[in-house]
Amino acid sequence: MLMNPKDSTVSTAHPTKVVARGVKVFYGAAEALHGVDLDVKANEVTSLIGPSGCGKSTFLRCLNRMNDVIDGCRVEGSILLDGDDIYSSAVDPVLLRQRVGMVFQKPNPFPKSIYDNIAYGPRIHGLVSDRNELDEVVERSLTKAGLWNEVKDRLQQPGTGLSGGQQQRLCIARAIAVSPELILMDEPCSALDPIATAKVEELMDELRANYTIVIVTHSMQQAARVSQRTAFFHLGHLVEVGETEQMFTNPQDERTQGYITGRFG
Amino acid sequence: MTDAIVSSAGPVAGKADTERRLRRRYAAERRFRMYGAGAIIAAVLVLVTLLGSIISQGYTAFWNHEIALNVTFDPQVIDPQGTRDPATLSRANYGLLVRDALQRQFPQVTGRSDVRRLSGIVSSGADGKLRRMVMDDPSLIGRTERVWVLASDDIDTLLKGQIDRELPEGSRRVSDQEIAWADALGEQGAVRSSFNTTLFTAADSREPELAGIWGAAVGSFWLLLTTLVLSFPLGVMTATYLEEFAPKNRWTDLIEVNINNLAAVPSIVFGLLGLAVFLGFFGMSRSAPFVGGLVLTLMTLPTIIITTRAALKSVPPSIREAALGVGASRLQVVTHHVVPLAMPGILTGTIIGMAQALGETAPLLMIGMVAFIIDVPGGPFDPATALPVQIFLWADSPERAFVARTSAAIMVLLAFLVLMNALAVVLRRRFERRW
Amino acid sequence: MQAIVFLAGLLALAAYGYYAGRGRAMSVAGPRRSGTSLHSLPSYYGAYVVLWCGLPILIIGFVWLVAGGWIAEQAAMASLPGSLTDVDPGRLQLTLNEIRNIAAGSLFGEPSPEVRTAAETYATVKGFGGWIVVAGALVIGAACAALAQRRIRPGLRARNAVERAVMIAMMVSSGIAILTTVGIVLSLLFESMRFFAQVPVTEFLFGLHWSPQTALRADQAGSSGSFGAVPIFVGTLLITFIAMLVAVPIGLLAAVYMSEYATPRIRSVAKPVLEILAGIPTVVYGFFAALTVAPFFRNAGEGIGLSVSSESALAAGVVMGIMIIPFVSSLSDDVMNAVPQSLRDGSYALGATKSETIKQVIFPAALPGIVGAILLAISRAIGETMIVVMAAGLAANLTANPFEAVTTVTVQIVTLLVGDQEFDSAKTLAAFALGLVLFLVTLTLNVIALRVVRAYREKYD
Repeated sequence: MLMNPKDSTVSTAHPTKVVARGVKVFYGAAEALHGVDLDVKANEVTSLIGPSGCGKSTFLRCLNRMNDVIDGCRVEGSILLDGDDIYSSAVDPVLLRQRVGMVFQKPNPFPKSIYDNIAYGPRIHGLVSDRNELDEVVERSLTKAGLWNEVKDRLQQPGTGLSGGQQQRLCIARAIAVSPELILMDEPCSALDPIATAKVEELMDELRANYTIVIVTHSMQQAARVSQRTAFFHLGHLVEVGETEQMFTNPQDERTQGYITGRFG
Repeated sequence: MTDAIVSSAGPVAGKADTERRLRRRYAAERRFRMYGAGAIIAAVLVLVTLLGSIISQGYTAFWNHEIALNVTFDPQVIDPQGTRDPATLSRANYGLLVRDALQRQFPQVTGRSDVRRLSGIVSSGADGKLRRMVMDDPSLIGRTERVWVLASDDIDTLLKGQIDRELPEGSRRVSDQEIAWADALGEQGAVRSSFNTTLFTAADSREPELAGIWGAAVGSFWLLLTTLVLSFPLGVMTATYLEEFAPKNRWTDLIEVNINNLAAVPSIVFGLLGLAVFLGFFGMSRSAPFVGGLVLTLMTLPTIIITTRAALKSVPPSIREAALGVGASRLQVVTHHVVPLAMPGILTGTIIGMAQALGETAPLLMIGMVAFIIDVPGGPFDPATALPVQIFLWADSPERAFVARTSAAIMVLLAFLVLMNALAVVLRRRFERRW
Repeated sequence: MQAIVFLAGLLALAAYGYYAGRGRAMSVAGPRRSGTSLHSLPSYYGAYVVLWCGLPILIIGFVWLVAGGWIAEQAAMASLPGSLTDVDPGRLQLTLNEIRNIAAGSLFGEPSPEVRTAAETYATVKGFGGWIVVAGALVIGAACAALAQRRIRPGLRARNAVERAVMIAMMVSSGIAILTTVGIVLSLLFESMRFFAQVPVTEFLFGLHWSPQTALRADQAGSSGSFGAVPIFVGTLLITFIAMLVAVPIGLLAAVYMSEYATPRIRSVAKPVLEILAGIPTVVYGFFAALTVAPFFRNAGEGIGLSVSSESALAAGVVMGIMIIPFVSSLSDDVMNAVPQSLRDGSYALGATKSETIKQVIFPAALPGIVGAILLAISRAIGETMIVVMAAGLAANLTANPFEAVTTVTVQIVTLLVGDQEFDSAKTLAAFALGLVLFLVTLTLNVIALRVVRAYREKYD
């Protein structure tokens, strides 16, 4: 039942990966997100756009329960990942975060070697049994992230020694090393230069063959370039969601139109 | 659909395996958390044990026992000539009066050694008390009065129940005879316990029941006063200069490095410095609080400088710019605006520095404030000792009574420290601005 | 007495000078904003006069403070016959000490008549001379004040002069920090050099036998091997090691728990507890160690059949470790908090538990800072005095057994110097040599630690 947001399409191409209903987020007594209903389709890139402070990052962090880490933050509503409610008491956040990966705004590689950065996830989840398997995992992750050729000769060097764009791709490689199903990206290119940005956007397109991606971005051009579906947030409400092309050429809600044409935000 | 990078991932394959691993990870998490909690509990337990042992040993020192004697102020002993000359009165043998009073109480005691031991159940300060009474009021001569005198430290310890009566006589500090006397006096109602004012009003003494911390307390006072008077202006001036005026060159860098290093130098090295320079080179007097104050100043300066700099740094540049804009000179900006605004932080740091100085012992040992001083110092140049040094000296004495008094002195010292730190906290909370 | 008169005179002159200067300034001032108006506020003119009269007085007083004793000594020595002055420096120093003591009023034994006259000379020079200096200083101060007052006129830039003087004062006080360090290094070096003239350096640093008492016999100084400091160094290291075994795990775990796991209620209890532990004077810890902990270990040892000394390294080390816990805990807390939240987020987002994040991400990231903290703690333990003086032993014992009694560098420094001292004997000077070693070691540790911590902090800022 999609009440508030105006959904301008009916999509049957891909099955639904995430179903969010009535999601509210409270910081203490203040309500930051007011009842969001959103569907995310599998193997698609869905982008969340909106002016600063509209709640898109807050919503994103609900999807892998990273809001649990924040003191005083309370989440209501239901979020189903492949039909399982991720906020039910039977679900372990530790395991959930292996299924749902996250890439942050500012690249945050661990101060370890490139190899160890990638190896960290598989190690703690016990996903590999010996060193050879781990080597393969590292190589495959870095290849998928488009970084392998650049770093294959210096895997033992610190991850912090890479350039900004390389660091972000390292973080993406790190996230996919644990084989997630859903990857969340919180403004992944805002700290990068245009060339690095282009590379990451290209990567996103390649990755969606195997993963579902939700990206928060403040750049509408980026949303137009990389995503298939776009959701527009405003003041803690989900205003409109639909196919990207449709949203940008013929938005249904006037607030969406106002944002897209640059009247505010 | 998903080309998994790792094959055994996800909720479907190897579910039992994953669950087992997860359980182990959470068990490790719980263990780790327990270690952390255990560390905190250990710290709390240690503190409780420390304070508990000090208090349990020390509280008995806050009262002591007195014995009532019917003293006949025999004119033959005190003033045979009948001149009432103060010199004669002060030189009279008041110990004789004490002995007579005790002998009348216990007429069955004869023989010199027995009588001497009998006299020993009251403090040797009883003589002094009788002397003071007669000097104040010569009309006492010829009368018989009931006088309360302090019990000796052994009898006091006995009456407090701290001596095991079951032990064989040879292993105790009091003989059976003395116990019998003390019990007899108790039954006659000639024993009472009263608050131990001596502890707070007297200076050091060889006899535990006559020893007090007043001398050391006054010494500490002079010490802290000297330290404060010297270190506060110097510290604030140095910090102000370094923070507000100094150019960024090698010299100021060197000064900063120096200050940071001095803050970490062991206190005993400062004592050696004081010994070599103040006592050896300048020839100042040993055991004087002034010299101790000089040494403690050098020790406290880095603390005050560092905290003052932090306080000055926290004043926002906008204030400085506003003052300059009105036409104040740089020095006026600092003295009229920055320093007053930073004052709460500066005072807090100074109080904390003083509290640290109050508890310092090692450097004072080096410059000689460890002598046995029986007079209360009248000024910062008189020989004196300090409270922590007094504790150190008493801790060496084997008498049980000194153990209690040392613990009591520690309680007093800790009380002062708590007060000073509480003052600093109150100051900080009430006056410190959050920019 | 002289000091009080001196200070009182100084204050009185200063007060008078201030008001006189200020008054004069106001009287010579023309109307405002005219050519003859005052350059600075009247109070600055008052301060100007105060500076002019106060500084000379202070300088003269300082000179007398430093040189007065020496002058008196020279006068006293001049009055002594050659038989007493023509001896080795040690004996001369003894005589001088005796003279000083007599002049101060404390008599020990029967001094010879020559010494007594010399003491009288000393007392006279110091006393009478001191009064002359005080009077002279005050007179000169008054003259300067009058002179300064004469100079006051509207164009005089009093504020600039006063401010310059204040700046100079601040610069001088900043120099005191360097002066202190120089003083420490020089005094330690100087006395140590005198020591090493009597006892060779190699014997001191590498000798295995420490028994300074025997050096009192003149023929044995330096040749009996009684100043070998190795047992002392080993004892210090043993106690420090035990202290670190206690302090580092508890301190680190406490810091981790408080910053990552503790509820605000627990933190409100734990933080004050640690702060109280940090504020307890070391003499109290020493008392606790000597009277409660050491007997406890001894009795416990007897219970299991071990022979534990009543001055065991274990007791001293454990209590020292307790004293250092707050130090380690607060330093590592700072260091771990400096690790950016983004690293924690990155780890949680991968599905790590809190302990995995701490152990595998935060701790390695904070490691340089923690190492620096531990080095600082070690330096603190090595330099600690009161706990070991009261709870550790006095006999130099070369052993690694924590149940035996050992002695440390600081204990030896105290025992060598407390009590009657002849300023030149090898015994007394040995304390300075030990002090020099202590200073150099702690300085090195501190420099390394601060550099490590600073490099680490720059990485994250």
